[in-house]
Amino acid sequence: MATTFDAPRTSARRGNLEKWGWIYMRASGVVLVVLIFGHLFINLVAGEGVKQVDFAFIAGKWASPFWQVWDGLMLWLALIHGGNGMRTITNDYVSNPTANKLLKGAILVAVALLIVLGTLVITTFDPCPPNAAPGTLPDFCSALTR
Amino acid sequence: MVSLKPAPAPGRVPLPKAPAGTVYRGHEGMWSWVLHRITGVAIFFFLLVHVLDTALVRISPQTYNGVIATYKNPIMGLGELFLVAAIVFHAFNGLRIILIDFWSVGTRHQRAMFWIVIALWVVTMAGFAPRQLMVIISEVAS
Repeated sequence: MATTFDAPRTSARRGNLEKWGWIYMRASGVVLVVLIFGHLFINLVAGEGVKQVDFAFIAGKWASPFWQVWDGLMLWLALIHGGNGMRTITNDYVSNPTANKLLKGAILVAVALLIVLGTLVITTFDPCPPNAAPGTLPDFCSALTR
Repeated sequence: MVSLKPAPAPGRVPLPKAPAGTVYRGHEGMWSWVLHRITGVAIFFFLLVHVLDTALVRISPQTYNGVIATYKNPIMGLGELFLVAAIVFHAFNGLRIILIDFWSVGTRHQRAMFWIVIALWVVTMAGFAPRQLMVIISEVAS
């Protein structure tokens, strides 16, 4: 015996935004599993593990558009996924309307700032910056003439 | 399975004396939800810090290397182990949620899928934990 509900079950006032949020969590989640597992494997498991991570390691990765796109996608998808999750949790536990608005505002500001910052870092990154201390640059920088 | 007790007589409904009698409370469904929330919040706060520390590459190589060096001490190494444990659970349980929502018989198998998530988590961590501990120990030794 099937139970049927009158459609729509939710108020139409908010439009379909909540539905798109629901879909976004699942769609971005699947992609993030691949991106983050790949990220963790390359940075923490392969090679020398976490101790290989330094400026030269990052510069070597971001010299290739492949890792720039990988990390850029991860940045956007993960921050929006996490921000929307925190919004859901705030709505579940913070019933005071002022505190609710303030917390969600703080989440929005943090997510937006970090997306802008992270995107700028990836797109304007210089693998061989002129202010580098000796020995901190990847090997391929020595081939450049400044 | 859920025991469906006889419906209480109309009028006063007695309150349950112990957490019982719901499909959901105290079982795999509830605990997977609790763990998904806790790991999600933990990962979110790490992500905020991680974007900031990575942004230091735009200041100078030596600034970045100095801060990232703290990630390589043994205590942070253990922290990374917990972080990966949280991410792996959140990832596998997230896929379980998607299967519950979209797979036609997903809800019927949610309990079995929870234990599959735990099994996959154990297998993944059995692969990662020795690797990470090796890196931590070699860092202490050097």
